[in-house]
Amino acid sequence: MKLTGAQALIKSLEMEGVEVMFGLPGGAILPVYDPILGSSIRHVLVRHEQGAGHMAEGYAMVTGRPGVAMVTSGPGATNIVTALSNAYMDSTPLVVITGQVPTASIGTDAFQECDITGVTMGITKHNWLVKTAQDIPETVASAFHVATTGRPGPVLVDVPKDVSFAEMDWHWPPALDLPGFRSPSAPETADVQAAAALVASATRPVIYAGGGILKARAVEELRVLAERTGIPVVTTLMARGAFPDSHPQCLGMPGMHGNYTAVTALQRSDLLIALGTRFDDRVTGRIDAFAPGAKVVHVDIDPAELNKVRRADVAIAADCKLAIGALAATLEGAPAPDLSEWWSQLRRWQEAFPLYYSQSDEPPIKPQMVVEKLRDLSPDDTILVSGVGQHQMWAAQYWRFDHPYSWVNSGGAGTMGFAVPAAIGAKMGRPDRTVWAVDGDGCFQMTAQELVTASAERVPVKVAILNNAYLGMVRQWQEMFYGERYSEVYLSPDLPDYVKWAEAMGCVGLRAESPDEVGTVIEKANAIDDRPVVVDFRTDAFEKVFPMVPAGASNDDIVVHPAQASGR
Amino acid sequence: MSTVRHHILTVHVENKAGVLARVAGLFSRRGFNIFSLAVAPTDDARFSRITIVVDVESAPLEQIVHQLDKLVNVVSISELSPADAVQRELLLATVEASPAERSQVIQLVGVFGGEVLDVGATRLTVMLAGPPEKLDDFERLLETYAVADLQRTGLVALPKIDGRSVRPLREPATA
Repeated sequence: MKLTGAQALIKSLEMEGVEVMFGLPGGAILPVYDPILGSSIRHVLVRHEQGAGHMAEGYAMVTGRPGVAMVTSGPGATNIVTALSNAYMDSTPLVVITGQVPTASIGTDAFQECDITGVTMGITKHNWLVKTAQDIPETVASAFHVATTGRPGPVLVDVPKDVSFAEMDWHWPPALDLPGFRSPSAPETADVQAAAALVASATRPVIYAGGGILKARAVEELRVLAERTGIPVVTTLMARGAFPDSHPQCLGMPGMHGNYTAVTALQRSDLLIALGTRFDDRVTGRIDAFAPGAKVVHVDIDPAELNKVRRADVAIAADCKLAIGALAATLEGAPAPDLSEWWSQLRRWQEAFPLYYSQSDEPPIKPQMVVEKLRDLSPDDTILVSGVGQHQMWAAQYWRFDHPYSWVNSGGAGTMGFAVPAAIGAKMGRPDRTVWAVDGDGCFQMTAQELVTASAERVPVKVAILNNAYLGMVRQWQEMFYGERYSEVYLSPDLPDYVKWAEAMGCVGLRAESPDEVGTVIEKANAIDDRPVVVDFRTDAFEKVFPMVPAGASNDDIVVHPAQASGR
Repeated sequence: MSTVRHHILTVHVENKAGVLARVAGLFSRRGFNIFSLAVAPTDDARFSRITIVVDVESAPLEQIVHQLDKLVNVVSISELSPADAVQRELLLATVEASPAERSQVIQLVGVFGGEVLDVGATRLTVMLAGPPEKLDDFERLLETYAVADLQRTGLVALPKIDGRSVRPLREPATA
């Protein structure tokens, strides 16, 4: 069967099981947009290419399937670079198709030419510039294989316009030729036994669970391991929901804005069982002062993460699902270590230093209270999405994450503006679930135009803006570390008018200005299911995120809420 | 030049466009130092061999190897211990030498087993192939004269035939 390269590209995506893709057409990718008209794939027309990338990420994070986005050459391609970088940092499988100028024009500074494979070399797992139409099926299949195998991540396929026009002989499935691509899978038995021996002799162990648990779909294995050993579990920002917050062994989130017990448990631990995590600086604080008395068992599917930041006593390059399963199996029937002393210490910390804020009956609304009300008034399995900053930390702290794949945020890259498009992608991946984005006013202004996309495509996401009229996290740092010298952080609470803006984009716009309105307005928003809703919560501009480990400080120097400080 | 800080990595890569950029880009963005690098196709035209001398003070060798191995086009990586490898590098130099000095330079080249490639009225171009240390010595002695131009290729290396010198760090995929 003869197809054009463009037809072969769309057909290859169909063969890979793609149901939804996000994109925006332009000159170099035009030929590929023609066969979309007859395709089974639903294409979502975004308003900015960055939105296409983040939507694909949100979709991938809740479904586990790769997100797909397609954009044109030059500025279309560079606009999606932020999303590629974000997906690379958070190991999200993404397949991005970019148009390219015709082969003969490459290298001539042609109109809308950009060397996008060069630009994205360092922020993709791999990328391809397709040279002939005949290579399209193999390249697409390779792209999906690389994006989803081993440690997931983004890939990019750059397709010159003449390649899209050229004819080829359709064939599927293609043979993959990737002689250098491989990934560890099962753990070595000796390593698992060595890990089990450390577990058996530990007195203050902590399971340090990372986002890799979710990528490996190892939630059940983690639960078995934790319950079999009685070991406390901390879940990093990327792992919220990988172990239920309501489980008595869950200590919650560690890190720069983690709770006191989770942070301190890691610090005082004598054994860290680090699973699918990478000792990120936001978790470890000053690395040479991190968990100084702990031995380390480290499991990761990416061998380059082992011994990168912290030397492991037992390093296991393996799939988390297999490795955790093997470790739990090895420990079956073994006497559980006596952790009663450790647990009473942990419980004392939990009692002395719970998360803390104080809401009066009068305005302003405390942002933490909005998150708690959202949590209590929305369905238990609501998917929560956030941008980056104070609102993200309050969301991560105060939500109750009891379900995996229900938390979507930008972790490693810290991409402001992530929430709105990621929420749209998440809702398209899980239309059965309520999707709330908790966003900051600064973040919202970066990508809000995608709510036009949401209205046009009838994707009823809900957005709670914690509107404190500031770039709040920067403001917090300027208050704490720059002598209250506030430089370029004020945004204004009512410029723009978020309610009118929401309405202009086809959404319902709501506002809450005093604490007693918060519950009512959330219930009103939850009752709407035929269009997007935006709620402008006027929150306290001076509220800060606590606890906090100052950047570059040791986790021992954790700063708790001033009201609790006397208790330390 | 070859000190304990330097390790030789032999990296088999797919012979595809942009592979060298991927390898070099990885080193630069992760802050790994390349001391020298030589690349050429192997007898199998689908693959190239890159010989990289890395400075392990910039990053642990293990980390460099693992990161390199993540590049999809990298097929296998071996470490060659300098003591157990046959190493060669090529040096070309154009030296200012008056007719009176010319015979001294030619003699020096002869002592090292090099060759004179080109002779002009006041200059001559010489060549020496050898282990890097020998080239270092030669270069130092050449500096007695005015060196107009000097170019070294970077190291290429193969394991000694009976040595236990190759540590295959990453095997090619078998499947």
